[in-house]
Amino acid sequence: MNSLIPLLVAAPLAGSALLLLGGRAFDRFGHWLATALAALSFGFGLALFWDMLGRDGEHRAVTEHLFSWVPVNAFQADVSFRLDQLSMTFVLLITGVGTLIHLYSVGYMAHDERRRRFFAYLNLFLAAMLLLVLADNYLLLYFGWEGVGLASYLLIGFWQHKPSAATAAKKAFIVNRVGDMGLSIAIMLMFAEFGSFAFTPVFDSAHEASEGKLTAIGLMLLLAACGKSAQVPLQSWLGDAMEGPTPVSALIHAATMVTAGVYLITRSAAIFNLAPDARTAVVVVGAVTLLFGAIVGCAKDDIKKALAGSTMSQIGYMVLAAGLGPIGYVFAIMHLVTHGFFKAGLFLGAGSVMHGMDDEVNMRHYGGLRKHMPWTFATFGLGYLAIIGFPGLSGFFSKDRIIEAAFAEGGTEGWILGLCALVGAAVTAFYMTRVMLLTFFGEKRWQPDAEGNLPHPHEAPRTMVIPMVLLAVGSVFAGALFDINDSFLKWLEPVTGHSEGNSPLSSWTVTGLTTVCMLAGLGLAYVMYGRSPVPVVPPVGSPLTRAARRDLLQDDFNHAVLVRPGSALTATLVFFDSRGLDGFVNGLAAVIGGLSGRLRRVQNGFVRSYALSMFGGTLVLVASTLLMRSV
Amino acid sequence: MNPVNYLYLSALLFTIGASGVLIRRNAIVLFMCVELMLNASNLALVTFSRMHGTLDGQIIAFFTMVVAAAEVVVGLAIIVSIFRTRHSASVDDSNLMKL
Repeated sequence: MNSLIPLLVAAPLAGSALLLLGGRAFDRFGHWLATALAALSFGFGLALFWDMLGRDGEHRAVTEHLFSWVPVNAFQADVSFRLDQLSMTFVLLITGVGTLIHLYSVGYMAHDERRRRFFAYLNLFLAAMLLLVLADNYLLLYFGWEGVGLASYLLIGFWQHKPSAATAAKKAFIVNRVGDMGLSIAIMLMFAEFGSFAFTPVFDSAHEASEGKLTAIGLMLLLAACGKSAQVPLQSWLGDAMEGPTPVSALIHAATMVTAGVYLITRSAAIFNLAPDARTAVVVVGAVTLLFGAIVGCAKDDIKKALAGSTMSQIGYMVLAAGLGPIGYVFAIMHLVTHGFFKAGLFLGAGSVMHGMDDEVNMRHYGGLRKHMPWTFATFGLGYLAIIGFPGLSGFFSKDRIIEAAFAEGGTEGWILGLCALVGAAVTAFYMTRVMLLTFFGEKRWQPDAEGNLPHPHEAPRTMVIPMVLLAVGSVFAGALFDINDSFLKWLEPVTGHSEGNSPLSSWTVTGLTTVCMLAGLGLAYVMYGRSPVPVVPPVGSPLTRAARRDLLQDDFNHAVLVRPGSALTATLVFFDSRGLDGFVNGLAAVIGGLSGRLRRVQNGFVRSYALSMFGGTLVLVASTLLMRSV
Repeated sequence: MNPVNYLYLSALLFTIGASGVLIRRNAIVLFMCVELMLNASNLALVTFSRMHGTLDGQIIAFFTMVVAAAEVVVGLAIIVSIFRTRHSASVDDSNLMKL
């Protein structure tokens, strides 16, 4: 049964290779092949899941050694997989949501002439992401980590004829590179400290290392997580990543890849548990990002960018929970899974709206779409209720648990984190209600296109509706399914460990507070956008709104702090290079050239002057010989 | 007779030859001056051979003659060929190879 594990990765990888190398022959059916291989991988995942359920909690983790990758004395890098409850959760999420989004893309990309390539990249992404979560050592994880980065780059810049998409792809790649640096440094530190980077030896001997070393490793892992999961301060790429096709935003930049940072932190629990300072840093990053993303989400008029802000914020919740240590790991992953359902659903809904509205993304040009797109409205609405934490839906259970865990951290810290999380819940309800009202309710604010034709919104084709419906089902029931009898907690506890904190507030109080906050945000949004007509041209707004429209000045900050000094440094170096080094070399060449110019006049073509110089030379030779002998 | 006098004679002949090479324009005269220099060195070699009582110098003198004979063949051929094409034996007229 374990031999199925490599096939999980191999199926989408084969699909990617076939589609990329197969050429035009695959144009007609390549997309169905890719979808089938993703579904096959999901099938393998289900089979392994069934097999895993047959064993009891402690014996569920299995490893499958495929081959030795770099066997050099003490440096042993293996390609081997570790399938435990944590990776199983991810495998099912990635292949499940991935298959649905493949199916959706069949409809969404139907008219794109480069569709085969798109599906090849999607399959490549699946393979890399599965490698990331199945690796049983950090080096193989790093391989998958870079693979998803590559796939993300290729897919953000898929419409490469648009300069904005090409720039966004480069931006995402470069910002991610900073995080990748962190991961590679963390791996080097691990190897220096433990002599290995495989999970088992590192985690088993983690308690022997000094706390300083563990903190350093933890902080580097956090940097990596920040890059991949778009957390402050490396968050700036996610908004621009929305330049990619919408299914990509749903799969990579909402449901799976951006949660890799949370996976990394949870997987490295053994290190973070022993490094409280690193965990504090994780918590701070999570809390800051959850508010940051939520505020950005409130101000954006571009539906995808509003959802991107929301993604950032929700991952902030997960990182916050993961930073809380054993109190929060399970809930971080639980929220990750429920978020995977509802956020993918929301993005697919947004894609369906764009599909019907001639690729319009400005929500101020939508309005009143619920009658024209009933299925999209229903599925988007369920996703919306799930993300704001409407009681009974999946976001309610997972977010509530995180807020509870934040309070349970104890002391002042617990109060601050808990309040941040509560405020975040209110703001989430606000911006999501705003998106909902602007898009589906109110009067029509549709704008005519260049030829003066109004858009004719229509329901998406069936291949797009089916995934949306299935994801909506997931966003409704997943939370309850996980919460009943603490089933998700029991499932994941053997891997991550779990401890109950001492919350100053009772569980019901927190639930009540969360619901009140959610209703407050919802009500405020209704007053602002539901009761009065929405202007088509955005009002100037307060300084905070204006800053939030510019992503809270994150790009300006990066530009001022990093780009400008960087280009100044480059300009200085170029100056030294062109004037200093090149000046010296060119000067030398000019001197030699000038001298040679003079010297060549000696070649005057008169035989007798040559004879004279030969004669002179001979005289000099003879004279010097005589001189040497006499000395 | 003191053999050093032969060396003086050899130096004198060499100088005459060398100055002829440097001063005269006619290729034939130039050539004869080169021969004069060669023979001056031959005379010096033979004199040294005599002074040191060995045969080395005389053997080298034979070599020089052989090489000189070969050189004459090639050199005269070149001069004749130049004269035929350019109708002049002046070395200053043949300056096509200068820059």
